[in-house]
Amino acid sequence: MKDYDKKFIIDLYEQGGRLTERKNKDSYREIIIQEPVSVNAEGSARVKIGKTEVIVGVKMNTATPYADSPDEGVMMVTAEFAPIADPEFEPGPPKEEAIELARVVDRTIRESHAIDTKKLCIEKGEKVWMVFIDIYVINNDGNLIDASVLGAMIALKKAKIPKLDKEGNVLFKEHSKKNIPLNCTPTACTIFKINDLFLVDAEKKEEELADARITFGCAGDYVHSMQKGGKGAFTPEEFSKCLKLAIKKNKELQKLLNKI
Amino acid sequence: MVYKKRFDGRKFDELRKIEAEVGIIPNADGSARFKIGKTEAIAGVYGPKEMHPKFLQNPKKGTLRCRYDMISFSVNERARPGPSRRSQELGLVIASALEPVCLLNDFPKLIVDVFIEIPQADAGTRCAAICAASMALADAGIPMKDLVAAVAVGKIGDKICIDINKEEEDYDGPGGATDIPIAYSPVENKLTLLQLDGKIKDEDLVKAIKEGIKGAKKIYEIQKAALKKKYKVNEVLNE
Repeated sequence: MKDYDKKFIIDLYEQGGRLTERKNKDSYREIIIQEPVSVNAEGSARVKIGKTEVIVGVKMNTATPYADSPDEGVMMVTAEFAPIADPEFEPGPPKEEAIELARVVDRTIRESHAIDTKKLCIEKGEKVWMVFIDIYVINNDGNLIDASVLGAMIALKKAKIPKLDKEGNVLFKEHSKKNIPLNCTPTACTIFKINDLFLVDAEKKEEELADARITFGCAGDYVHSMQKGGKGAFTPEEFSKCLKLAIKKNKELQKLLNKI
Repeated sequence: MVYKKRFDGRKFDELRKIEAEVGIIPNADGSARFKIGKTEAIAGVYGPKEMHPKFLQNPKKGTLRCRYDMISFSVNERARPGPSRRSQELGLVIASALEPVCLLNDFPKLIVDVFIEIPQADAGTRCAAICAASMALADAGIPMKDLVAAVAVGKIGDKICIDINKEEEDYDGPGGATDIPIAYSPVENKLTLLQLDGKIKDEDLVKAIKEGIKGAKKIYEIQKAALKKKYKVNEVLNE
């Protein structure tokens, strides 16, 4: 059964097509961005890539900084594979896959220094802003990593820092006009390998048949994060091919992000 | 200060001192210890055995499950015992680094459990874990196409360094530190682990992978030698 499907996808690709209609076989499905999702969030966004939908929210609070970075704000990323999104997702604490997703998004943002954490210091050693980026999958039709990074960056771009009262307590209902200071806007592109095929923006059926995947998180001309997943592997030549394709696609995603 | 010489005086492509042995945990079906510099990993394999709960069983092939655990006193600041988000992600990526070489079709519904403990850490623990685990799987007699060798490649400043230690990982001079752990199977010529954090141009990344493969091939020879040492007895009997 599965072998037949694999052949179907390969044949389709060779004829220039994919399961879901796209501009061409190497382009993303239609991307729809809506924001905000919640007016109570500092920033939030809904990203749909084809039938995949994720919502991402940014909430902020003050906290004591870490001892090794007394003048830097703190960022945290979590991901919920809500059971609403997929018959295979179950209630309960995040499983390995959700933790992996959150950590890949975290690394992409952290390693590119997208958030200027030094500017989120309120009082050195005493008080800094904490930025929580929470990702909820609403419908899973594949390519959750790319959608999540996109959603996180839009939510961050749109976020307004809450006001503080005279004692320095956070006024959660009042937002200042200040944005979260950003240095750059990274994106991620994941490539799925099916036999000798390399698919951009794979949908769930394609992901299930794939041998392996690799994600590249990029900002500008640099690669900041990378993650291989799945049961298969890549030859060095295949790796270089994926890298090239992902860099090209990330540039397109960055262009899209710059418009927001 | 530009990074011209490695902190510990090694050549840029030089690995730290490696110790490798198999069969260190009598209770396990297979086990191994892999030490590279101060970083040490021990791995124990249990299985193939029946998988519980039953609904997780795969009727077509066996399941490989890895648990990576950092011992609380393996690092300077005590690590809280028990699973962390980091260790859960690493369990997953380590399994996906090993599975490409494991022939799991022979035992449907069953599971192979790989438990990895890190008693001492000086960077590159996931790579040491993969090295130890692949030797332990071989020691357990799990059918495999090849061993997997792993090494942490780094771009420290503008230099590609093989098998970076903690001091290099924390380098914050010009150019910073980019950490690129990889795993490689020589027989298959395949990269089975690819991770990265830091900042690197694509052409440097391709070069780093190439250098990393060279380092992994050296480790591979040491892994093979360790396995041969334990099973030397059989060779003598054959003569």
